[in-house]
Amino acid sequence: MDLAFTPEEDAFRAEVRAFLDAELPRDIADKMHKAKRLTKDDCYRWQNALYHRGWVSPLWPVEYGGTGWTPVQHQIFDEECFAAGAPRVIPFGINLVGPVIIQFGSDYLKERFLKPMQSGEEFWCQGFSEPGSGSDLASLKTKAVLEGDHYVVNGQKTWTTLGHFADWIFLLVRTDTEAKQQMGISMLLVDLASEGVEMRPIVTMDGDHHVNEVFLDNVKVPAAHLVGEENKGWDYAKFLLVNERMGIASVGQSKSELELLKDVARLERKNGRPLIEDPLYQAKLSRLEIDLMALEYTNLRMLTSKGGKASVGALSSYLKIRGSELQQTIMELTMEAVGPYAAPWVPQANDADWNGMPVGPEYASASTSRFLDRRKTTIYGGSNEIQKNIIAKHILNL
Amino acid sequence: MDFALTEEQQLFSDALRKMLEAEYSQSQRAAALDSDNGYSDAVWQQMAEMGLMALPFPEAAGGLGGTASDTMVAAIEFGRSLSVEPFLASVVLGGGAVRLAGSAEQHESLLTGVIAGERKLAAAFLEPQARHDLGDVETTAEAAGDGYSLSGRKAVVLGGDCADTFIVSAKTGEGISLFSVDAGAPGLDVRGYKLVDGRGAAELELGGVAVSADALIGKDGGALPVIEHVCDLAASALCAEAIGAIEMINEMTLEYLKTRQQFGRPIGSFQALQHRAVDLFLEYEHAKSLVFVAAMSADSADAAARGRAVSAAKSYIGTRGREVAKEAVQLHGGIGVTGEYQLGDYVKRVLVADMLFGDADHHLERFGRISASSPAGASVWAQ
Repeated sequence: MDLAFTPEEDAFRAEVRAFLDAELPRDIADKMHKAKRLTKDDCYRWQNALYHRGWVSPLWPVEYGGTGWTPVQHQIFDEECFAAGAPRVIPFGINLVGPVIIQFGSDYLKERFLKPMQSGEEFWCQGFSEPGSGSDLASLKTKAVLEGDHYVVNGQKTWTTLGHFADWIFLLVRTDTEAKQQMGISMLLVDLASEGVEMRPIVTMDGDHHVNEVFLDNVKVPAAHLVGEENKGWDYAKFLLVNERMGIASVGQSKSELELLKDVARLERKNGRPLIEDPLYQAKLSRLEIDLMALEYTNLRMLTSKGGKASVGALSSYLKIRGSELQQTIMELTMEAVGPYAAPWVPQANDADWNGMPVGPEYASASTSRFLDRRKTTIYGGSNEIQKNIIAKHILNL
Repeated sequence: MDFALTEEQQLFSDALRKMLEAEYSQSQRAAALDSDNGYSDAVWQQMAEMGLMALPFPEAAGGLGGTASDTMVAAIEFGRSLSVEPFLASVVLGGGAVRLAGSAEQHESLLTGVIAGERKLAAAFLEPQARHDLGDVETTAEAAGDGYSLSGRKAVVLGGDCADTFIVSAKTGEGISLFSVDAGAPGLDVRGYKLVDGRGAAELELGGVAVSADALIGKDGGALPVIEHVCDLAASALCAEAIGAIEMINEMTLEYLKTRQQFGRPIGSFQALQHRAVDLFLEYEHAKSLVFVAAMSADSADAAARGRAVSAAKSYIGTRGREVAKEAVQLHGGIGVTGEYQLGDYVKRVLVADMLFGDADHHLERFGRISASSPAGASVWAQ
């Protein structure tokens, strides 16, 4: 048992810092710290810098461009990136479908998709949820019928995050309507430029455009773009969702956001003193910070444990539940910290190139919209209630 | 960064669990509580033979030179077995004060007996008016002859009912200082009693207790940092006991959910109960991580880093541990409130863990103070 970092880990941290110092564009870091909107080009520039350093897909097997880091190194990398203001790499390609293609995909799919996915030449989005299939994902209805050398896809997907940045979408589709729900699902990789694909924005209650609906009307997809075997898509989806939940713990991101929040609480004043010294506020902030410490070390403890009773998959559900709750609490306390200046609604202020006069302190402008946006974290990636079902069934055997 | 027990720790933990499982059934424990000592002499002797009492002491004093993590490993087993032997009082608290502040002669004269299991120490730091404030000391030590005369009152002294020697905080002209006081000293009134969790404790009244000059432990007036460190070690060990107790609470609750039948099926098949059961285990995992971090930090001389880690764990265990305990009783239904069923004993252990060495609010406030005084970040807002 030892809390200290090894000299090798300290050296690695220094290496990551030096890289961030040299390669992370200042304008992007500034937008991140100030909660401004990122453009597709911002995402591309950062991802491409990571790609050239060989750090874009650290979790992949080394032969495909992974780094072979230890769990502690991953944690250090994550923390340093967020602290420096690096954006999260859009996860849908690198973290979600990439590992599925590596694990289950044909040589053709690996050859065709992995490189441009890593370099950022091609962005991906996720086509899982449907209007009638949220938590009950396996009830999905989007249908694919094999006709010669291609599938014909019809249906509708929704909550497609950053679909408007994406070039490709990975879809769960029904290929067998007779089989038991989970047994009739396949995974297809679809070019969003295909005829019959239409993407429409969904504006969320923060007033912003993060998610979309995708309509698929007789879309032709080459049969070679099927991942693995037909009707095995549910297995691939489960594999993918475990990776998704791991990412969702967002320890590095939350630690960086907590530091920003503490700085806001040092600047705000109450009763003539910094807000951070106010007993009521400090108690809330401390509870959050302690919960985040618990999450951080639980994450590390689980990642570094050898074997253990429960599978990593089920443990990732614990991390998703608490991680998503804390992401929400951080924004809730930020909104509270700025007092009445949480009330003005000036969404233009979230654009980096807006030249208007901000209402109140600059750090206050996005606080309520981010609180509203964060409502999604306990819903996406399998709602927290679904996570509890998973734990009850697979860890507690209830 | 390594959270795994060492091989040595694992072997030690297994041996201790085996011993306690053999010696600490519910009926054996009840008999121990009813005995004159209020604990099991046989178990106490076996603990000494296993080297438990020597664990945290330096090798020069006849100890094993162990760490707070080693203490944690043992304390988890005390929590699981509901051991009421005065290990925490004698080895961690009294022994800890002597270890950190005492001279080589005091190590020899006081710790040798502790290591053999023959002398029991207790730490008398807090006072009736002080709540959890270790610096609020009204007990005085006035120079008298070659030594001192101690007067004042000490509150809820863990293990005080059976201690041979007390380590007492008192104010001299220089400030807060520590003294060793024999239990039989004239002028010392020891009123022993049991705590909610069955452990022994005492109220002390010192009415001009005469001690010699060499009873002073450590620097005259310089005891507060020592007392704070010792109480961090005790809080860390208490958290480890609590996590052991929570482990058992969760095991019992899960077992009950799987076996108790209502409406023709196990009650664990109901989603309303499943989700609450998940919450118990989620809290356990997160609390355990903080307990590990506290133990790995409790030996540190860096008071802020140590305080931050210990207060995080103590505050978390205090609030979430109690939540787990209450929920477990609710999930059990009627059987959960009966005195005969052992769940209640575990619940009591978790409750007392919050009451001693700073409750959840005390540690939340301390954590907040440390956190707020840390330097501003390098963020855009701080510039």
